[in-house]
Amino acid sequence: MLPTPARRLRGAWNTAAALLILAVLLFPVYWMLNTALQPASGIAVDWFPSAPGLESFRLALSSQGRSMLTSLAVALGAVAVCLALAAPAAYGLAQSALRGGRAVVFTTLITQMVPGIVIANALYSAYAELGLVNSYLGLILADASLGLPFSIVLLRAFMVSLPGEVIEAALVDGANRFTAFVRIVLPMSRNALITAGLFTFLFAWSDFMFALTLNTTDDVKPVTLGIYQFVGAHVSDWGAVMATAVLSAVPAAVLLVVAQKYIAAGIAGGSVK
Amino acid sequence: MNHLTRRPALLRWLFIAPALVYMAAFFGYPLVRNLLMSFQHYTPTTYFTGEAPFNGLDNWRAVLADPLFTDALWHTALFTAGSLLGQFTIGLALAVFFSRRFRLAGPIRAVLLLPWLVPMVVSAVVWRRILDQEHGVLNTFLRGLGLSDGGVPWLSSPSVALLSAVLVNIWIGIPFNMVILYGGLQEIPRELYEAAALDGARPWRAFRSITLPMLRPVITVVLVLGFMSTVKILDLILALTAGGPADATQTLGTVTYQLSFLRLDFGQGAVVGTVLILVSAVFAVLYLRANRADFGKGK
Repeated sequence: MLPTPARRLRGAWNTAAALLILAVLLFPVYWMLNTALQPASGIAVDWFPSAPGLESFRLALSSQGRSMLTSLAVALGAVAVCLALAAPAAYGLAQSALRGGRAVVFTTLITQMVPGIVIANALYSAYAELGLVNSYLGLILADASLGLPFSIVLLRAFMVSLPGEVIEAALVDGANRFTAFVRIVLPMSRNALITAGLFTFLFAWSDFMFALTLNTTDDVKPVTLGIYQFVGAHVSDWGAVMATAVLSAVPAAVLLVVAQKYIAAGIAGGSVK
Repeated sequence: MNHLTRRPALLRWLFIAPALVYMAAFFGYPLVRNLLMSFQHYTPTTYFTGEAPFNGLDNWRAVLADPLFTDALWHTALFTAGSLLGQFTIGLALAVFFSRRFRLAGPIRAVLLLPWLVPMVVSAVVWRRILDQEHGVLNTFLRGLGLSDGGVPWLSSPSVALLSAVLVNIWIGIPFNMVILYGGLQEIPRELYEAAALDGARPWRAFRSITLPMLRPVITVVLVLGFMSTVKILDLILALTAGGPADATQTLGTVTYQLSFLRLDFGQGAVVGTVLILVSAVFAVLYLRANRADFGKGK
């Protein structure tokens, strides 16, 4: 055992090292914010925003504000579709007695391996025939695929551990299976549902590939596609680009602070991303 | 756990059916359609005429004979191997470090997740600015230290660009590796280390003969998941280098995208996509084998 002062010193060194690691790894995030806060600085950006201004954010909002709303609508839609499909499926699969249930879980795991660009390649043809290219519905349905396998696996793992007696009691009282699912299983699975929904939201908000491939016009343009086109053209105003980047990173930052416990649960739930 | 067992099987399947239909449409159908498309002749006018006649192995011959495909295959291998090596090594080192008890360890570990939660395209755009040869802050820093006069051509030189892409992807992947491996480390009983310390084992020895073997299942899962998400990389490269300069950062993902969505030759794009699936399938098998232990426990 080390004597107490030496131990405390060691702890302080560890904290200092951890802060240094944090500074190095989060520098790009800092630089994004720093550049965004120095409008009209041209190409020379100072190490610190000594005279910060929000001009870049105003520009970013006026040019990308609509894209942010599109991202929000698409991500929320994807969460709704994903949970509506995953929750009942997970409930049905949360038992060992179902013949073929195991095969379904295996299939769910395998779908996570299908590269998105392959899905997009084939989906575009189908969407063209169905008139779903350049539509909110089309993008929402495609983005739901980003969270579905993860949500099913996570929710099933949770529902397996629900106490059966409560549901049995409801059934004895005359509730049918569907009512029991809606009234009892769903409320009891609240935390797992929040975690699944949160990750699906992040996946859909971050989606770039489906947005890029399933849209040929600017009708449905999420912010990931917006920022990509922003830098695709000749960039004259990096302040505005970085301000857009900051705004598009806001959901992640907010969730990291507000929903820390659900994020931890989701990552512990395994196969993420 | 038995609360559902009395339910007639048909009713249970009704709960599962919508998700199954969806997965058939959004995973199953694309797989089959992609394979069929790789034998069809697509032109830019296909979507007006609706005609994509079968052309045997023409697409496959054309793609396999294209030096760009071979390059992309090689780049993908290098990119994946380099990314995984960097992400895993640094992620493991950080996981071990943060397992120590010190003030602020928890909050700092949580904030380190941020790079992984930011949309990948956005990260790539930020890095594109940081790595700019003339105005990027990294070269400004190196010049300040007197390490580089003209600045390193991070993204503008064909011989450096792939390495830069790997570095950026390592940065993106570190948090995920760290968090999963940290979780695994917490599962290792402390008594093992205490016993080893009593036997006089030094920390490095304890790491090699306790930590690594006990962590093996978690390491497998992390590496396989990392492989799956890295091998199909697209967002990062498109926003960082767009496959350039001089095709130096083309990967299987970007080539598929270019063939299908820029050249509108969906047939040839489907060929590269199918190769991507085959590569992934090999590792899917590994993943399922690594996961099998979990299923045994009904987890």
